[in-house]
Amino acid sequence: MTRTQTGDAPMTEPVLSVRDLRVEFATRRGVLTAIDGVSFAIGRGEVLGVVGESGAGKSVTGSAVIGLIDPPGRIAGGEIRLGGERIDDLPPEAMRRVRGRRIGMIFQDPLTSLNPLYRVGRQIEETIRTHTDLSARAARQRAVDLLAEVGIPAPERRIDGFPHEFSGGMRQRVVIALALAAEPELIIADEPTTALDVSVQAQIITLLKRLGRDHGTAVMLITHDMGVIAEAADRVAVMYAGRVAEIGPVAAVVGDPLHPYAQGLMGAIPTLAHDADRLAQIPGAMPRLSAIPPGCAFNPRCPRAFARCTVDRPEPLAVGSHRVACHLYDEPGKAAA
Amino acid sequence: MATSAPAGLAPEAGPPPSRLARFLDSDLLASFRRSRLAMAAFAATVLFFALALLAPWISPQNPYDPAQLELMNANLPPIWAGDGQAPFWIGTDDQGRDVLSAVFYGMRLSLIVGVLGVAVSGLIGIGLGLVAGYAGGWVDTAIMRVADVQLTFPAILIALIVDGVAKAALGGHMDANAQIALIVLAIGLSFWVQYARTVRGSVMVEKNKDYVQAGRLIGLSAPVILTRHILPNVTGPVFVIATINLALAIITEATLSFLGTGLPETMPSLGTLIRTGNRFLFSGEWWIVAFPGLALAGLVLAINLLGDWLRDALNPKLQ
Amino acid sequence: MLAFILRRVLQSVGVLLAVGLIAFAMFRFAGDPVNQLVAPDTPYAERLQIRQSLGLDDPVLVQFARYAGNALRGRFGNSYQFRQPVSTLLAERMPATLELALCATVFALVVGILMGVYSALHRDGALAKLLQAVSLVGVSLPTFLIGILLIFLFSVTLGWLPSYGRGDTVRLGWWTTGFLTASGLRALVLPSITLGLFQMTLIMRLVRAEMLEVLRTDYIRFARARGLTTRSIHFGHALKNTLVPVITVAGLQLGSIIAFSIITETVFQWPGMGLLFVQAVQNVDVPIMAAYLLLVALIFVSINLVVDLLYTVVDPRLRLSVRRAA
Repeated sequence: MTRTQTGDAPMTEPVLSVRDLRVEFATRRGVLTAIDGVSFAIGRGEVLGVVGESGAGKSVTGSAVIGLIDPPGRIAGGEIRLGGERIDDLPPEAMRRVRGRRIGMIFQDPLTSLNPLYRVGRQIEETIRTHTDLSARAARQRAVDLLAEVGIPAPERRIDGFPHEFSGGMRQRVVIALALAAEPELIIADEPTTALDVSVQAQIITLLKRLGRDHGTAVMLITHDMGVIAEAADRVAVMYAGRVAEIGPVAAVVGDPLHPYAQGLMGAIPTLAHDADRLAQIPGAMPRLSAIPPGCAFNPRCPRAFARCTVDRPEPLAVGSHRVACHLYDEPGKAAA
Repeated sequence: MATSAPAGLAPEAGPPPSRLARFLDSDLLASFRRSRLAMAAFAATVLFFALALLAPWISPQNPYDPAQLELMNANLPPIWAGDGQAPFWIGTDDQGRDVLSAVFYGMRLSLIVGVLGVAVSGLIGIGLGLVAGYAGGWVDTAIMRVADVQLTFPAILIALIVDGVAKAALGGHMDANAQIALIVLAIGLSFWVQYARTVRGSVMVEKNKDYVQAGRLIGLSAPVILTRHILPNVTGPVFVIATINLALAIITEATLSFLGTGLPETMPSLGTLIRTGNRFLFSGEWWIVAFPGLALAGLVLAINLLGDWLRDALNPKLQ
Repeated sequence: MLAFILRRVLQSVGVLLAVGLIAFAMFRFAGDPVNQLVAPDTPYAERLQIRQSLGLDDPVLVQFARYAGNALRGRFGNSYQFRQPVSTLLAERMPATLELALCATVFALVVGILMGVYSALHRDGALAKLLQAVSLVGVSLPTFLIGILLIFLFSVTLGWLPSYGRGDTVRLGWWTTGFLTASGLRALVLPSITLGLFQMTLIMRLVRAEMLEVLRTDYIRFARARGLTTRSIHFGHALKNTLVPVITVAGLQLGSIIAFSIITETVFQWPGMGLLFVQAVQNVDVPIMAAYLLLVALIFVSINLVVDLLYTVVDPRLRLSVRRAA
C-alpha cells in the first residue's frame, strides 16, 4: 500500500482540501461548536462520501465549504482551499463568484430547490450568465445542452416549463444541471437522493457519478445512506458529533471499519448476506452540541471505551489505508483485544 | 368489548387541562416578565381601566350634569398656558365643561361599550361556532356561508348599516341608553365571525376525540359536552381574539360616534368628544380635541400591544 | 379554466343576491316608505292608494324581484333628503371617491412595499426597527384620528395643504377630476395619506413577514449557492415570490379602502359617496343606504373575483391546478 491510498490527500494537488475546520454557532446559551477539527481532501474526478447521523455536521461542513454559513454561525478556525487557493477568508463578493462558478451545490429536496415562479430555463440561463460572458442566445443553447446532458427528454420544449411541471427525479436532474451550469471544479451534493423515490435514487446517483467522471469534477457526496456511499463513493468520511471518526477508501471503510462507531454504522446496514434479525443498532443517541462529552465524543456509547477515552481527545491516526480517530489504534494491544 | 372500552379510554377520559389553566402557568408569566413592552402595555391598560372605573370619584366635575357647567368657564386653555385656572387642569370646552372630566367619563363609556360589544360578539360567535361545528351539515354550511359573506365587508361598514337600519326601524328617536344598546349590538354583529370560525374549527377537532366520544357513550347531552368539555379547549384563542377585538370595538364605537351616528353629545364618549372638539381645531382651542384623541390613541395602543403579545406568547400560529 | 371562472362568477352573484335581499329588507321593512313620501296629514285612503301604486301590497317575492330588476337598471328610487334619484346622486359623487381611493391605494402599495422590503433586508437596522414601531402605531390608531392629526399639522399649524374639499375640479363628460388642477392635487394629499396609511402599514408588515419567510426558503439558499448576485436574489427571486400573497391582500384591501373612505371623507368633508352615505345614515335616508350597500357589495365582489383570477395568472402552480380541476 502506498501513501496515496490512505485517507490523506491524494498526491496531486487536490481540488478541495479542508484542514482543521472549526464552525461555531453563537447562541443565547453560549457558543456551540458544530464542526471541530475536520480535515479531508477531494481530488479531481473523485467522489468523497460523507456519512453520519443527522446532526453529525455533514451539512454544516458542506455549507462551510461553499461559504453559506449564516450568522449566528461562523467559521472559527482552520482553512479551506479550492485548487490550492484559500477561500474561507474571501470577501463576500469574491466568495459569491466562487459559488456556482467553481463550486456547485445540490440540495436534498428538488421540490423546494427551484423557484416555483420562474421557468426552468430562466433559472439555468441566469446562472450561466451570472458566471460567464455568454450571450442570451448562447446561454439558452447551453441550458438546452445541459438539460440534455442530465437526461431530460425533449429539452428544447421542457426548458420553458415551470418546476411544478417536472417529476421529483426530473427536478433533481434540473437541479444538477443548475449546479453544473458553469462547469464547477467541485460539486457538493447534500443528500441528493433522500427526497426521491427509491427507483429514481439509483438513476440520480449513476448520473452524478458519470458527470463527475466526464468533467473531472470532484464530488462531495453528503448522505446518511450507506447504500448510496457504497454505490457511488471512492472514499468515505464517517462523521460523528462534528468530528471525522474515520476516513478511507470506500471498500476498506465499509468492508473493514476500524472506529467502533463506524463498525456500529456498518453493522446497521441490512445486507442480503446477513440475516435481517441481526441488524445491529448502536445504543444511545448522538450527544447534542451543547453536551459533547470530554475526550472522545463517542465514549458514552462505545462498547470498547476505556479510561483514556473520557479524558484525551483522539487524534486521527493512519492505520493501513484508513485514518481513524480512536485510542484503540494508539495502543495495538487494545485493538487486538 | 363493552367492558374494556372505558378502561382503554381511562387515561384520556377527562378533557385535557384547559387553556386557561395552562395560561396562568409559568411559561406565559415568564414570557410576560421577559417582555418589557408587554409589561408597559399591561400597566397602561390597567391604568386606563382604573381611571374609567373611578371616573365619578376622581373627576373634578360631572360632565353629564348641565347644572355643573358654567359658561363663564368656557374655552379655558390648559393650566400651563397662562389663562388656565384650577381645577380645569387641561382646559374646558365651549360649554365650560372640564376636558379632563369629560375624558375620564368618555373613556368610561368607550370601555363600557367596548367590553359589552366584545361580550355580545363573543356570545354570538361562540354560540354559532359551537352549533356549526357540532351539528355540521346544512346548519354548518348556512352559518359559515353567512360568515364568509360578512367577512368580505369591513366591520365598520356592517356596524354603520346595523345602526342605520335600526334607526330607520325605530324612527330615529332614541334615548342615550337605547343608543348605547344599539351600538353594542352593532359591534356585536360586526365582530362575531372570527370567534365562530375559531370555535367551529376547535369543535371539529375535539368532537372526534376519545373523551368526547366517551362522554356521548355515557349519555351526556350535546349542550353539556359542548360547554363542559369542548369550550374549555378554546378559551385561549378566544381570549386572544377578545383582547384584540376590544381595541377594534373601541375604535368602532369611537368612529361611529365621530361620524355622528354613535353616542349623543349629551353623553359623550371619546369619539363624540373628538367629533365636537374637531370644530375648534381652527379657532385655536386645540386642547378640546387633543386630549380625548390622546386618550383614545393610548387606550387602543395599550390594548393592541397587549393583544399582540398575548397572541405571540400563546400561539404564534393563531391569526 | 372556464369552469373555474364560471363557478367564481356564480358565487359572486350569490353574494350580491344576499346583499340585495338585505338592502331590500331595509328598504321595505325599516319604517313605512309611504310615510317618507307624503305629508303627515294625508288621509288614510290616499295612503292606501299610494301603497297600492307602489306595489307594497304585492307578495314579498314579487316586490323583491321588482326591486332587484330596478336595481339592475340603476333605479334605486329617490332620496328622502334630496328629493333626487339616488343613482344621480351616487354618479355625481363617485369620481371623488374613486380618485381618492386610487391615490390612497397607489400610496399604500408603493410606500408599503418599499418599507416592507427595506425592513426585511435590514432586519436589525435601526431604521427598520423604527419603521416597525411606527407601523404598529399606524395599525392601532383610528383613521379619523390620523386625519385630524394631519390636518392639525399640515393645515392648521403649517398651512401647507387644504383641510377640506376637493379643490378645483375639471369636468370630463360626466366625470369630474381633481387630477388636472394644482388645487385639486393639493387637496388629494392629506386625504390619500389618511385613507392609505392603514393599508400601507398592513402591506409593509405583510411584505416584511413574507419576504423574511421567502428568504429562508430552499430556493433562495439554492440561488445563493449558485452565486447569483444579491440584487438578483433579493429583487428578482425573493420579491417576486413575496408579491404573490401581497397582490391578494392588496387587492382585497382596495375594497376596504373604498369602504373606509366613509371616515376619511367625513374628516375632510370630501364630496364623495362615503360622505353621502354617512349623511344618509344620520338622516335615515334608506334609499341611499340601500343603494350604497349594493354598490359597495358590487365593488367588493368584483375585486374579489379579479384578485382570484389575477392570482392564477401570477402563480403558475395555481394555473395548473385550476386547469386540472376544470
